[in-house]
Amino acid sequence: MKAAIIVFPGSNCDRDMQVAIRAASGQEPIMVWHKDTELPQLDLIAVPGGFSYGDYLRSGAIAAHSPIMKEVAERAAMGVPVLGICNGFQILTETGLLPGALMRNAGLKYICRDVWLKVEQTHSIFTRGYDKGQIIRVPIAHHDGNYFCDDVTVNRLEDQNRIAFRYCESDGSVSDDANPNGSRHNIAGILNRRKNILGMMPHPERLISSTLGGSDGKAMFDSAVTALTS
Amino acid sequence: MDVVKHGLSSTLAITPQVVEEHGLSPSEYHKIIEIMGRTPNLTELGIFSVMWSEHCSYKSSKYWLKTLPTEEPWVICGPGENAGIVDIGDGQAAVFKMESHNHPSYIEPYQGAATGVGGILRDVFTMGARPVANLNALRFGSPNHPKTRHLVDGVVAGIGGYANCVGVPTVGGECNFHPAYNGNILVNAMTVGIVNTDKIFYSSASGVGNKIVYVGSKTGRDGIHGATMASAEFEADSDTKRPTVQVGDPFTEKLLIEACMEIMATDIIIAIQDMGAAGLTSSSFEMASKGGMGVELNLDNVPQREDNMTAYEMMLSESQERMLMVLKPGRESQARAIFEKWELDFAVIGSLTDTGRMVLHHKQKIVADLPIDPLALASPEYTESDRPWVATPVQLTIDAGDIPQPKNPLTILEQLMSCPDLASKRWIWEQYDHMVMADTLGHGRPGGDAAIVRVHGTEKALALTSDCTPRYCAADPIQGGMQAVAEAWRNLIAVGARPLGITDNMNFGNPERPEIMGQFVGCIKGMREACKKLNFPVVSGNVSLYNETNGNSILPTPTIGAVGLIENVSMAIGLSTAREGDSLILVGETAGHIGASIYLREIEGREEGPPPPVNLDVERNTGDFIRSQILTRKITACHDLSDGGLLVAAAEMALAQGCGVKIMVAKNSEPPPVGVLFGEDQGRYLIATDNPEQIHQSAKMKHIPVQLIGVFSGSDIKLGGYSLPIEQLRRSHERWMPDYMASQ
Repeated sequence: MKAAIIVFPGSNCDRDMQVAIRAASGQEPIMVWHKDTELPQLDLIAVPGGFSYGDYLRSGAIAAHSPIMKEVAERAAMGVPVLGICNGFQILTETGLLPGALMRNAGLKYICRDVWLKVEQTHSIFTRGYDKGQIIRVPIAHHDGNYFCDDVTVNRLEDQNRIAFRYCESDGSVSDDANPNGSRHNIAGILNRRKNILGMMPHPERLISSTLGGSDGKAMFDSAVTALTS
Repeated sequence: MDVVKHGLSSTLAITPQVVEEHGLSPSEYHKIIEIMGRTPNLTELGIFSVMWSEHCSYKSSKYWLKTLPTEEPWVICGPGENAGIVDIGDGQAAVFKMESHNHPSYIEPYQGAATGVGGILRDVFTMGARPVANLNALRFGSPNHPKTRHLVDGVVAGIGGYANCVGVPTVGGECNFHPAYNGNILVNAMTVGIVNTDKIFYSSASGVGNKIVYVGSKTGRDGIHGATMASAEFEADSDTKRPTVQVGDPFTEKLLIEACMEIMATDIIIAIQDMGAAGLTSSSFEMASKGGMGVELNLDNVPQREDNMTAYEMMLSESQERMLMVLKPGRESQARAIFEKWELDFAVIGSLTDTGRMVLHHKQKIVADLPIDPLALASPEYTESDRPWVATPVQLTIDAGDIPQPKNPLTILEQLMSCPDLASKRWIWEQYDHMVMADTLGHGRPGGDAAIVRVHGTEKALALTSDCTPRYCAADPIQGGMQAVAEAWRNLIAVGARPLGITDNMNFGNPERPEIMGQFVGCIKGMREACKKLNFPVVSGNVSLYNETNGNSILPTPTIGAVGLIENVSMAIGLSTAREGDSLILVGETAGHIGASIYLREIEGREEGPPPPVNLDVERNTGDFIRSQILTRKITACHDLSDGGLLVAAAEMALAQGCGVKIMVAKNSEPPPVGVLFGEDQGRYLIATDNPEQIHQSAKMKHIPVQLIGVFSGSDIKLGGYSLPIEQLRRSHERWMPDYMASQ
């Protein structure tokens, strides 16, 4: 399996993503500099977390205009799976590959902690390793994770079964108390219509081994690798 | 202080008033004239003033700092460089230092704290190390003081704002409140990095004719005289000093780290030094002085953010995210390409000479010409006669038997666990990304005795902690200094690490007052004893004096940042790793010392009495025993006893593990005396084990007292007929800080 990780100035979860993909696939992902304009033949593109361009202007806004993103969009349109985590999710919404926007957390503070997520659908290569309705524990670490979109869009996301993960309580109930950042409908991650693009604020790449306090993120990488190599 | 305005003219006459405004004494000025052989011009005077400021020269402290133990076989680099370095095996080393940003953080908490993090990160990556962890030790004034909430909010946001963006996890630290910090908060930031031992970079310049290169951000007028500000007491007008606080740009810092890592992987660099306090002045003097070289700089080539900057301003600016390097001849274009890739400024601003002088050119004129060594090395050093000191008076002993006995100790426990000093600091550390880089161990996250960070790509890990108990230091500086070192050592032991070394951040009041100098001297003496006995060398440090406002000093606060090595992460334990059914064993001698305890302060309203004494032989023996038991997997969880004593430590383990604990200290159903439950005797640990008999046998052979005091079970803390649900305790423990920060 050949994976690429896009590196922007200010990306800081690029290595974490590299480790997770390497662990799942046994192969070394290529690190692509944001100024590059071409990508080789690829099975997976990952847009990692961090503070691209220092979050100046708006999280993800400047990175969305990097030369490489045009190529990423073209590959995505061809069906290549794209995984955007945290700042990567913000960049994917800024490029229009995913709908909506990530606003400042409702509590106005940066939050880093483990949260419970309910797996809402398993029809993508990133989520099919989980059971529908499964509750997983994954950390968040963001200041701008408050997912917002208009009523039409949120209804479309619901109707088209494109909400991948929702923030929930440890027993799976989706409540305001379980919503760490004010996201509409407790949305933690969404898919595009074709379901080859996943954007999510939580960091599955940080919990892939019990040494680090949990391994609920591992199934995402394992299932993607299985799907792309079989 | 109006020196910034003076800076616009370098022709200003050097009057006694100008000299005084630069924080130089008449005798120091006399020495300057002697060194120069003439009257200095304003730029030269400015350079002397920052180089000889307390902050840069350590003039009041170095006589005493030199008495600290700094050597052990595993120390690769001790004090004097940008950071200390200890060997962690396999060709790798840990690089670390703690530094204060107290004065700026009080004036402008967000930027003050943020740039404190930026500065200490640079100290570490300047040496070739990739930063892997940050810690911070914070002391604020009384929660009731009108400024405290604003300062806490700004400092925490500033630390998070910088470190989160740079992508280095903030994994640990401490936070206390005390009215003595009402006018002077403490913000001590520590960075730990990992370097390959054959790729360590130093600041000593060499090679006549080699180019001096400036990289990073442009120079502006921010932070001029920051070092001088940090060397004086605050008066009522401290708010007017806001222009001397620098502004941080963590995005540029992140680029600077990556660019430096990239260039350091080549063989281009001869010497490198970050521009910290006193900016271009101290970095260029340091590099030249260490290498015995001269320097010629053309200030026209310094990248500038503002128009019409004078030589004085450029030399004294403390603009952030800047570095100075000496490159090998003919390698500029290769270096330039790396920095341009990362969109950072790169400018050749001078070259090395053999004159031993610093010559500055600006607008076709020589604007300063100073001898390097006399200025850098001949900075004043105050001995005992220049900085007289008096010993801190001995406190009267307090007998725990004279303290009223609480009816229900668990009510007291709940009260203590929700007091400002012991309440959960989750509100703080959840604003820090403590997991980025994906090497923070699950049970090494904030809230434990020590943070545990895996050495990337290996099975090793570093254990990291920051400790000091200022109320002990105030009551007895020698015992307090000893205790700070011993507690840091104990916290590393408690997770299974081999303690390697410390960085000390000495925060005190005005050293010109003999009683303050006495606190400093006492703490150093105590630290020295502890470092010697525990083979725990000081490898780096920082001194912050003049933490006073209108003559009111902070508590003496020698913050100890410590690093230990865990050979195999699978061996590491924490306070959360106990299992239901495990026995709880108290290791160490309990005398019931109640003086200077949290109990006495919070429950009885008394801040008095001597601190618990530290017996270093016992400390060593007990710690070595605990570590051997951890490494042979005899212990499932461990926690050192500190603030609040036995009951608080047991409750912290119960909360961390999510399991109740039944405590059986007394033989009958009466609760044991207050000194046993809440006394703060040193050198003690609580351990969880499924084989208490074996622990008893092993401890007996080492002459270490152990006592079975409980068992993990149920969902309550139970003691002498009383019971407290751990979820109720958790709510009280967790609520204080968010409620406090949300109230008006």
